[in-house]
Amino acid sequence: MDFGLSQEHEMVRRMVRDFAAKEVYPGIKEADRNQEMDPQVLPRMGELGILGICIPVRYGGQGMDYLSLGLVCEELEAVDTTLRVVMSVHTGLASMTLLQWGSEDQKRRFLTPLAKGELIGCGAFSEPGAGSDFSHISAAGKRKGDSYVLNGEKMWISLATKADLAMVTVRTNPEIEKASAGLTTFVVELDRPGITRGDIHGKLGVRAGSTGWISFQDVEVPLENRVGEEGEGFKVTMSAFDSGRYTVAAGATGLIRAALEASLAYARERNAFGRPISDHQLIRQKLATMRREYEIARLLYLQAGWLKNAGERNTLETSFAKHFATDASFRAASEAIQIHGAYGFSDEYDVERYMRNARGAMIYEGSNEIQTLIQAEYALKERQDKPLRMEMPAYDAEIWQAG
Amino acid sequence: MTNDILVYIDHFKGDPLPASWEAVGAARKLAADLGGSVVAVVLGASVSDLAAAAIAHGADGARIVEDPLLAEFRPEPYADALKTIAANAELLIFPSSGRTRELAAMVAVDLETGVAPDVIELEVIDGQVIATRPIYAGKLLSKIVARDKRPLILALRSRAFPKLDADASRSGDIVTVEPEINAPKTEVKGYSDAEVGVSLTDAAVIVSGGRGISNNPKLSPPAEITDEKEIEVWKAQQGFKLIEALASVLGGAVGASRAAVDAGYIPYAHQVGQTGKVVSPDLYIACGISGAIQHLAGMRTSKTIVAINKDGDAPIFKLARFGVVGDLHEVVPALTEAFKERLQG
Amino acid sequence: MKIVVCVKQTPDTAATVTVENGVVSWGDAPLVINPWDEYAVEEALRIKEQQGGTVAAISLGPEDAREALKHALAMGCDEAVLISDPSLAGLDSLGVSAVLAAGVGKVGDVDLVCFGRASVDNDTGIMGSQVARRLGWPALTLVSKVVSIDGSSKTIEVERMLEEGRQQVSSTLPAVLSVVKEINEPRYPSFMGIRKASKAEIPVWTASDLGIGEVPSPALAWPEIYAPAKVETKCEFIEGDSAEAIAAKLADRLLEEKVI
Repeated sequence: MDFGLSQEHEMVRRMVRDFAAKEVYPGIKEADRNQEMDPQVLPRMGELGILGICIPVRYGGQGMDYLSLGLVCEELEAVDTTLRVVMSVHTGLASMTLLQWGSEDQKRRFLTPLAKGELIGCGAFSEPGAGSDFSHISAAGKRKGDSYVLNGEKMWISLATKADLAMVTVRTNPEIEKASAGLTTFVVELDRPGITRGDIHGKLGVRAGSTGWISFQDVEVPLENRVGEEGEGFKVTMSAFDSGRYTVAAGATGLIRAALEASLAYARERNAFGRPISDHQLIRQKLATMRREYEIARLLYLQAGWLKNAGERNTLETSFAKHFATDASFRAASEAIQIHGAYGFSDEYDVERYMRNARGAMIYEGSNEIQTLIQAEYALKERQDKPLRMEMPAYDAEIWQAG
Repeated sequence: MTNDILVYIDHFKGDPLPASWEAVGAARKLAADLGGSVVAVVLGASVSDLAAAAIAHGADGARIVEDPLLAEFRPEPYADALKTIAANAELLIFPSSGRTRELAAMVAVDLETGVAPDVIELEVIDGQVIATRPIYAGKLLSKIVARDKRPLILALRSRAFPKLDADASRSGDIVTVEPEINAPKTEVKGYSDAEVGVSLTDAAVIVSGGRGISNNPKLSPPAEITDEKEIEVWKAQQGFKLIEALASVLGGAVGASRAAVDAGYIPYAHQVGQTGKVVSPDLYIACGISGAIQHLAGMRTSKTIVAINKDGDAPIFKLARFGVVGDLHEVVPALTEAFKERLQG
Repeated sequence: MKIVVCVKQTPDTAATVTVENGVVSWGDAPLVINPWDEYAVEEALRIKEQQGGTVAAISLGPEDAREALKHALAMGCDEAVLISDPSLAGLDSLGVSAVLAAGVGKVGDVDLVCFGRASVDNDTGIMGSQVARRLGWPALTLVSKVVSIDGSSKTIEVERMLEEGRQQVSSTLPAVLSVVKEINEPRYPSFMGIRKASKAEIPVWTASDLGIGEVPSPALAWPEIYAPAKVETKCEFIEGDSAEAIAAKLADRLLEEKVI
């Protein structure tokens, strides 16, 4: 078992780290305070190819592997969670879902511009009344000739007001007994008539980002925009979460690292009782825990990435990674604040922002309670992975890098 | 091989660079230990007055080359001229500048000898010259000696060595040399103004103001300003003018604490600290700054910290090398004057 | 236009550098491309993009010193060569400049050689001038802008940052430049570039490949490398009867201690 990362991975990681440190970090506190996304972030991430990092070159991407996606997310979130959220929804929920379930035509029309950053995508799944209980979403899609008419509201959608298109799952069959079998997913261009959207402010964290709602009123969407078959919407959406959840796991790992690095720097500088506080055992315990949990989180997401590279189903492993890393990142950030003492309570330092950001990841992309239930089902063998009609492609450097 | 210690006199548009006299002074000290004469070397179109000045500042004599090809400094023709003069010397010492770095480098190649720039210390032990220079951004120091090749070529860091006062009564021979000089393949087209303002992160000297900058009861604001907050900001701005004046004399940049920026005294671009810029200048003068940990995080690696604060118990004094417990509104302008006298005299 | 950029591999500037028994070490800090050299690579790439041509990166170093070259390739250089040979260890600038000049010669038909202004380890800033002198080409150091460059008429005009202000200088080609960071903003390596660079086989030139039999032996020796003594920060309070007296004393002390 080779736990090493390649030179290519290291160079990718360094490049993204430099970008985030140089171009995003200097303005991040202000963006967070103002609850406004820096308008440069999306264009720059697009220009630099970061948005399409793990999409094959022939679909406009950079042809790197799923491990690279993870490493990129770790570096981005170490600077701010909002950068990683972009990857989660644009690359994870939108691009990668299209890579898995999209038709060739949809890959040409949507995936390619998404990978190039020419269009911005997001995932519109959650609703005001349904999050964890996804089978029972109420937004509806009614077949009308060669199109569908969508009605309903989606909420807590990252990049809602910034995106050009959204992956939208709606109920197309209200009669069917098994509710989850009555859902269908569409790619919806967000400038279609009948769509309104707005921002949600006042969030505890991820304030330098963009979270909002999208309302659909008699929005006509052509048949060519349907992703997968009618009734496959639940499977498509769960696949989307396998992708998005992975980025959350990798990102939260980066957050643990950021909390650790900030704590190490502060603990070495700050003196109490005649010595740097890094000499005191109770502080050392916190630092050790952070370090240990970083290493665990890292191994978990890299394992998930490795399975994705191999083309193997990884719902369970991704669930472990997301669950552990997000809980651990909140702990790490909270302890980092404690290590900083009163200064941790002020936005002069980054650690309070880490904690506010960390809290959200425990809730979204499948709450950690849902993750627990998923893990129990696998443990009790109540859940078996059946082959999907469309599987996420394995990574193949030659094929993916061919123009 | 002679035991001449040559000193190159750097000049720009006819004016000698004061650092040249520091190089002469350093050469004098070496000559005292090693023996040998200190010979100034001046190259240019018309340089006999510079040669005379060099002798006044301590050289025993001078060798000059006057040639129209040397009217404008270009390293190639200057190196052509200098290599002939320096070939038999024991030492060739330069003051530091963009010009001398190129020139020293090229003469070293011509004479197949060693060159060490940015020397901060010189000693003579058992007749051997040992030069010390910083490496790894000053994190380490390296001692350098010449093996067999001569001259040993050194460029001295500015203000690291003392200069002797000019003594017009000193005399020495000025010898004109006429080496072969090739016409340069480059041409100076012109000059434009030096940059205005020094970037905080690059500055070797930073003078910073804190919350205390607005606290000056002796100031009366103009009649139009009546709002209390506006008066406070106006007073702070007057205070920052004092800071700027000191920074200017020292060739440095202006910094500020978060408190000063938050209070609206000065734009965020000047903020030094955890939230602002992290700086590491050679000299950091903190005026009216208490030294809260988040500010210290931004400047604690400064080589030398000077603190000026009314409160003798302010935490900043724990990090400062030099401290003044006093009113910055009096001390800072006095310091500006004191430095003007010493640096520009 | 055929451009060569000379790059050096140095420890990351954030590294804690220590010395023991005269041997400098930087712990597990990564070895990277000398930050100044990135500006040189960037400028070379910009000139190539404007004028057409090729950019080759060359580096003198130990057998495993490929990070700097890989970074240069990832930024977009067309090729990279490592000059490495046990007989080339322990050289000072006299020897290094001879080797680099020979390297430029071996590339052949070069119009422009670019250097960063200095390397962050040794920080002498003389290599550009010395290589130029060995090649017999003009040296243009401290370049903050390439105002114009023409491969057919073989001319270049640059702006240089002197202490006294900016200077415009014109020159014939071939020439050697060393650049300062005001000149540009280096690009990030692209992902395509990273992929190409990590796959690239970097050829190694030995002393005999360069055709240099006798490399100038070092003219200098470094008998001691040490860490500067930590200054005890006990604050020296300056006192006096008046602000002027205090200021005078403080100014004198700062000058005495060579702080200014």
